[in-house]
Amino acid sequence: MLLSSLVAQASPLSEQQVNQLQGLVSQLNPIQQAWVSGYLAASAQLAGQVAGQAAPAVAQASASLTILFGSQTGNARHVAEALAKQAQGKGLVAKVVDMADYKTTQLKNEQYLVIVTSTYGEGEPPENAIGLHNFLFSKKAPKLAGLKYAVLGLGDTSYEFFCKTAQDFDQRLAELGATSVLARSDLDVDYQAQADSWSNELVAKLEPELTAAAGPSAQVIAWPRVDSPGSDATAGAVSQYNKQQPFAAELYTNQKITGRDSTKDVRHIEISLAGSGLTYQPGDALGVYFLNDPALVRELLLLTAIARDTPVTLGSDSLTVEQALTEQLELTQSYPAFVEKYAAATNNAALAALAADKTALRAYINERQIIDIVRDHPGLLSAQQLVDALRKQQPRLYSIASAQAEVEDEVHLTVGVVRYDAYGQPHLGGASGFLAERLNEGDNVKVFIEQNNNFRLPASDDTPVIMIGPGTGIAPFRAFLQQRDANGASGKNWLFFGNPHFTQDFLYQLELQSYLKRGLLTKLDVAFSRDQAAKVYVQDKLRQHGSEVWQWLEQGAHLYICGDANRMAKDVQQALLDIVQQYGAKSAEQAQAYLDELRVAKRYQKDVY
Amino acid sequence: MSQYPINPDLVAPGALSDNERLKAESQHLRGSIEADLKDEITGGFNGDNFMLIRFHGMYQQDDRDIRAERTAQKLEPLHNVMLRARMPGGIITPQQWLAIDKFAGDNTMYGSIRLTTRQTFQFHGVLKPHIKPMHQFLHSIGIDSIATAGDVNRNVLCTSNPVESELHQQAYQWAAKISEHLLPKTRAYAEIWLDEEKVETTEVEPILGDNYLPRKFKTAVVIPPHNDIDVHANDLTFVAVAEKGQLVGFNVLVGGGLAMTFGDNATYPRMADDLGYVTLEHTLKVAEHVVTVQRDYGNRSNRKNAKTKYTIDRIGLDAFRAEVEARTGVAFAPVVPYSFTSRGDRIGWVEGIDGKHHLTLFIENGRVLDFPGKPLKTGLAKIAAVHQGDLRMTANQNLIIAGVPTTQKAEIEALARSHGLIDDGHSEQRKNSMACVSFPTCPLAMAEAERYLPELVTKVEALLGKHNVADEHIVLRVTGCPNGCGRAMLAEVGLVGRGPGKYNLYLGGNREGTRIPRLLLDNVGEADILATLDGLIGRWALERNSSSEGFGDFVIRAGVIAPVVVPKDDFHS
Repeated sequence: MLLSSLVAQASPLSEQQVNQLQGLVSQLNPIQQAWVSGYLAASAQLAGQVAGQAAPAVAQASASLTILFGSQTGNARHVAEALAKQAQGKGLVAKVVDMADYKTTQLKNEQYLVIVTSTYGEGEPPENAIGLHNFLFSKKAPKLAGLKYAVLGLGDTSYEFFCKTAQDFDQRLAELGATSVLARSDLDVDYQAQADSWSNELVAKLEPELTAAAGPSAQVIAWPRVDSPGSDATAGAVSQYNKQQPFAAELYTNQKITGRDSTKDVRHIEISLAGSGLTYQPGDALGVYFLNDPALVRELLLLTAIARDTPVTLGSDSLTVEQALTEQLELTQSYPAFVEKYAAATNNAALAALAADKTALRAYINERQIIDIVRDHPGLLSAQQLVDALRKQQPRLYSIASAQAEVEDEVHLTVGVVRYDAYGQPHLGGASGFLAERLNEGDNVKVFIEQNNNFRLPASDDTPVIMIGPGTGIAPFRAFLQQRDANGASGKNWLFFGNPHFTQDFLYQLELQSYLKRGLLTKLDVAFSRDQAAKVYVQDKLRQHGSEVWQWLEQGAHLYICGDANRMAKDVQQALLDIVQQYGAKSAEQAQAYLDELRVAKRYQKDVY
Repeated sequence: MSQYPINPDLVAPGALSDNERLKAESQHLRGSIEADLKDEITGGFNGDNFMLIRFHGMYQQDDRDIRAERTAQKLEPLHNVMLRARMPGGIITPQQWLAIDKFAGDNTMYGSIRLTTRQTFQFHGVLKPHIKPMHQFLHSIGIDSIATAGDVNRNVLCTSNPVESELHQQAYQWAAKISEHLLPKTRAYAEIWLDEEKVETTEVEPILGDNYLPRKFKTAVVIPPHNDIDVHANDLTFVAVAEKGQLVGFNVLVGGGLAMTFGDNATYPRMADDLGYVTLEHTLKVAEHVVTVQRDYGNRSNRKNAKTKYTIDRIGLDAFRAEVEARTGVAFAPVVPYSFTSRGDRIGWVEGIDGKHHLTLFIENGRVLDFPGKPLKTGLAKIAAVHQGDLRMTANQNLIIAGVPTTQKAEIEALARSHGLIDDGHSEQRKNSMACVSFPTCPLAMAEAERYLPELVTKVEALLGKHNVADEHIVLRVTGCPNGCGRAMLAEVGLVGRGPGKYNLYLGGNREGTRIPRLLLDNVGEADILATLDGLIGRWALERNSSSEGFGDFVIRAGVIAPVVVPKDDFHS
């Protein structure tokens, strides 16, 4: 293609811009390329300037709305995009930017800023929000007296630090002198309806101010995200299926991939996307809707003495209570609102007292599914009361374990089945139980693609990658390896994997052995924690090879972590800091700065949960 | 290669087999075993090391019952090793027994001690991280596994005969001396497993040769008239000759061996030949040079024709004897007449000429494990904890509690009875039946053997009962493949595995183990086997010429099957 021969000297672009453009275009199909060329031409015309300088100029010149999202699972991104669409529908100029891509130097130029962010772990910002969060709380943060802003928080009330990151941004922007145009809203897991109304309210407030400054043709331009080649545009162009309209996909394969004596039940799941037009890239996740266990539904109805065919309404839908519980509502994850509403509906004073003590309530629901709460406190309530106490089921996201370059219209997952005994009863996870136990091969499962542009292979096939993926965290790395294999990529690949036992829990062992033999995997280091007296984890293996890890980083390697957020990701991060400090001869602060730079440069990416 | 002139006419032609290459490149059995021990990606050994660990007494195996299941799980086979200890004559102290009892329980997948047909014990299912600690543990209690497998002289057997205690002691000492004398001289075992210092040496293997032997080599010492060690299963046997209860010399037998390959008529089980008599002082020299002659003239291009028995059939017994005599400078005297009259172990108590008591325990299939209602392993550990003599593993997979003083007899017997180690309900038939290990651990197994034997014996017992000979027995052996660990090729009724549930049925060996049986039915299932035995046992019960005529002798005399006389010529005819 012509672009491949484009050099910086022959164009108004910098060398870096040329590289970025080439990287972007190489991933676009002809339809996408045509769309991009039209888009760029239109935006250049609008700004009256040459292409390439157009984008920032538009934002500054015409009082546009910048919508930043901090997202772990894609929810905040979806809300941000819907908001932008709504604003654009009113003729406003609005752009959506991934916080990870946002240039903090731009902040002082903003006039209208919206932040939509989730929170994860113990009140920490999601991975792509860390940079902006750090910047705002640092001494470098500018005064923002002229800025008008609004913050929307997405969270889960079953966590102690509910919507903490949204609160942080809100409070900090105010401290820096910015003016809130609409009160922050902190939304729970079933956020959709409230997010819509908050967005409506916001657009209504901003419309008069922004319209005055906007150019006449602004509304024809939908602003894409800066670095999302083939993302929304691709999905939109070729598939009608998404989170709201999931695709009923056929389950091809459900294969246990832990040994018969394993303490873990991990399944390799293969699903057909044939006919859906859905496409994905390594790093993306698959959203899965599931049906609750009929036995669980039956028991719940029995305990509450509700007839299974009692009609109820759910939003605008009328259906039986059994259908609602099976298909629509969340039964396997508990949340504070349920306890409160259930206690009220059943006139249970003890439960109501518990619900009033937030700390005790969190501890109580943490260990229990809905059924456990009802078993503890059986009571009588109407079918409609029960349905109203429950929240809507959220699809579960699984990191995709395959690359389409290898599996074509299939999508593979690595699913850890949640299964445990508690309170004298067996328990099974909602989605994992559905996929592993209740769905037969040949049955359909509703799915959609959730892209994750913050977990991507390097643009260059020559760049080395270090992948740290213990447990089911190996999933996206199987996709990475398949992709690099298909590309014939020459870059080195180093995988760290860990699990309890070598003989039982070495996920994809045969495939990895073959990759190692063929040289696709340059190095494979494994940590089986319980095979010896002293436990060994991936972070120990990293430290053991610290010198070489440092060498790889200095050679430009990209670092990826996938898996458990609570402990593993933190322990691994500490190991990385120690390695950078020791082998890079740096102070603790310098080591932190080094990793921060890697993250900003998208060379340190996490997919943790 | 050899320090002796080689007659090129007697060397088997052909390109060297790949095993010869790997031995030559192994740096005296080191290979890259140490690197493999550090390889955390596989539980197995790579490339040549898979074969080389055998010379260190281990076989790589996997749980074959779940091999397909694990492939579907994208997991490699459940690789582990089986370790075979070197225990010349099968004698083990109670302290050693207690130690291996604990190790087996703590560190093996199956938790068992296996007593083998080669008079030693095996650990089955040792995972890679436990291998090196296992060797260090064994070393700490005075046991090793050097050269119990591979192309070397393996564990040396010796008749378990505690009754003639003095003669047995002398014979046993020769078994131990021969074992030591023929060991590899390489320090590979000490370096790899015991972390002993790597010394710069120009190692040579004066006896085995730098390429080791062409094939495995088995040696035994036997005290007639008891043929418990099955002389005809060995490359080299020293038959004890005693005068007034004192050992004075040996008749030397060469060229026995039972292995064959299905479909290859150039392979066959073969009885040993008499080489002649030598006095004690020449014993080691003769052992050494039977080995060096086999080393220099054994077939190194075709491993299926590489054992001593084929060398002798190819170059002739006289040429073989002449070569041994030339190398030793010892002329063989004519064989001192000997004969064998029995083979099985004498289960129960016997009193030795020294007044000590010996209790032979029947261990079905040699599996020492706690079974429901029969805690054999616990029982033996309890006996070992109080026993003052020693323990002797027999070549029939049984165990002798040897050297019990009269005062302790009752205590030992009570322990044995309360743990199912003495079971008066065991028939003669069961005590005279034997099987190799086979599934699920042996990679060569084609059909079940050990796991199948107990129910097969029960069915044969029923046939004996039906024909009113319930107290009689037939030497019955099942082996999972034609390699022959279960010594079915010296049984009156031998079953050799062909495929799942399918066996070749051989008839016509004798009770003493001096005749090889012949194929009667090819690749048949249990129904055919039992129907055939039903008819023949019925005839035997009615038509035998005396109550002492064994089943194997009867089927020959009755013309049911022709005897094997010269296996090379008539085994396959």
